[in-house]
Amino acid sequence: MKIKQAHRSRTSSILFMVVLVTTLVGVTVCNRLPESHSLYVSNYMVTLLGKYLTYAILAVSVDLVWGYLGILSLGHAAFFALGGYAMGMHLMRQIGDRGVYGNPDLPDFMVFLNWSELPWYWIGFDNFAFTALMILLVPGLLAFVFGWFAFRSRVNGVYLSIITQALTYALMLAFFRNEMGLGGNNGLTDFRELLGFDLRSDDVRLGLFLASGIALLVVYGLCDMILRSRLGKVAIAIRDAEDRTRFLGYRVERVKLALFTLSAMIAGLAGALYVPQIGIINPGEFSPLNSIEVVVWVAIGGRGTLYGAVLGALGINYAKTWFTGAYPEAWLFALGLLFVLVTLALPKGVAGLFRRTSSGANKS
Amino acid sequence: MNSTPQSVPNPIIRRDRVFEFLIPKQVDDLDLSHGTVLYLEDICVNFDGFQAINNLNFYVNTGELHCLIGPNGAGKTTLMDIVTGKTRPDSGTAWFGQRINLLRMDEADIAQAGIGRKFQKPSVFENLSVFDNLELSMDGTRKLWQIFRAKLDGESLSRIESIAQTINLIEHLHSPAGMLSHGQKQWLEIGMLIMQNPLLLLVDEPAAGMTHQEMDQTVELLSSLAGEHAIVVVEHDMDFVRALNSPVTVLHQGSVLATGSMTDIQSNSDVMRVYLGTEDVA
Repeated sequence: MKIKQAHRSRTSSILFMVVLVTTLVGVTVCNRLPESHSLYVSNYMVTLLGKYLTYAILAVSVDLVWGYLGILSLGHAAFFALGGYAMGMHLMRQIGDRGVYGNPDLPDFMVFLNWSELPWYWIGFDNFAFTALMILLVPGLLAFVFGWFAFRSRVNGVYLSIITQALTYALMLAFFRNEMGLGGNNGLTDFRELLGFDLRSDDVRLGLFLASGIALLVVYGLCDMILRSRLGKVAIAIRDAEDRTRFLGYRVERVKLALFTLSAMIAGLAGALYVPQIGIINPGEFSPLNSIEVVVWVAIGGRGTLYGAVLGALGINYAKTWFTGAYPEAWLFALGLLFVLVTLALPKGVAGLFRRTSSGANKS
Repeated sequence: MNSTPQSVPNPIIRRDRVFEFLIPKQVDDLDLSHGTVLYLEDICVNFDGFQAINNLNFYVNTGELHCLIGPNGAGKTTLMDIVTGKTRPDSGTAWFGQRINLLRMDEADIAQAGIGRKFQKPSVFENLSVFDNLELSMDGTRKLWQIFRAKLDGESLSRIESIAQTINLIEHLHSPAGMLSHGQKQWLEIGMLIMQNPLLLLVDEPAAGMTHQEMDQTVELLSSLAGEHAIVVVEHDMDFVRALNSPVTVLHQGSVLATGSMTDIQSNSDVMRVYLGTEDVA
């Protein structure tokens, strides 16, 4: 009997990538149509979709550690917000002397606070390459230090979730302070341009949407590659039986630390793409509720499948946009109800539904 | 408990012991020149007042198959926990060969050094296929980057195949391990142990949930593994132990009660007292 090395099916990820690329091209083409055309996609919609795509990247990062490694992080929005702040700082520096106070060296809020010079941690953010590095490094470093202590002391399960929640809450309180030098309550806003492109122009908005889509594609491919490797199998082994994996000689804490740090960097990237499209970043992004919402997207879409996480993020956010327009008071109830129903009826989320039908089709 | 004078190293005489942290944690070459693979000496473990292991001394020779029996709570599983790094003893020493100090290593180090363990309750990775379970157990690199880059070569594939055949799971190679029956999971665990290729195997209750026929096969398999690997088997089923035809050590209340062949053990009055109750001896 000849045996082959069993590969996790590539079909779902190839299908996902094809659908995503088609959507990106489709939206671009439809956006270029004349406004009177029935298939025209408005600029408002393009920005909205771009925002959803950054949420999808965030959901993938949460699914990587929760769905495949069993770490329920209730603080991933913190890494998202840190990446967003790094991008925000760069955009603030790009304003130059076009601010309300016209000060070429200081952002408006610092002039308002009577600060005379730029704090040391703002140095370097004029440079885009440095900013790009910080977008990945700052969330990555925080996750590394946090994970180093948490995983080495074998903090697991609900305790770890509570600590991650505390982490994001503590950061929120810290960022609310004006003394942090990051805009306090108001955060960073009034952005003008990125790499010389005017952020308010429609072409740039389309460009940011496409950049978010490509980032999602790359992140998805990277995660898929990791999960298909033996490292991915070790991750699942850790999720299901951590001690047993240790007795096979694997350094569980190192695997966790590496994937958790990578996940935080991905979340940071998502935040950095989110900020120029939204035009503001403030401490509200650190709110514990945001992190929980991400977990709900992943749970509804299907934990443990990357495309499920993406579907959940896109679907729930679209529903949120529609609901908060049509029935603003009902949204949280609807989300809660959906979460309860999905948990009870579809423990594997919406993606589990596809999986069940496809395996049923294979049998017949 | 009075400590013997040797167990307190004199810092002035023992210069090499002054800075404990300078001693290399893991020595690559396992020194088995004295023919003993495992030394457990004067081990004591106390769980909140319960003396689980009490001055235990236990040795396993290279390539030997050794059975460990004893009533519930005798400390059999705790002993395995100590050897694999899950439990730290309060006192005593545990050496793997002449040079590797097990008490300074964690679970992953110990597994990499060459000690494999099968748990009492079969614990396979239920969401992974039989193939994946065997692949993950395979000896070799455990470094993060290398497990990310790892590719199975033809040799490893045929090794997985032959072991799957040995444990009668070749037909289930690509089904999730969670779908297997209890007995099949036991077999898979044993297969995973063989993939790990350890020098010392600790096998906790391999026969639980097996039919008589499966038990015979297990006996055959374990006997064939002995010689190349040292094996310690913990088992309650006396027929199984008898069939293994190996030296037996009886544990009782955390220390060794008797050691010898199964026939010696059965005629040992201490053992009869423990197993059958005091009044039956007379």
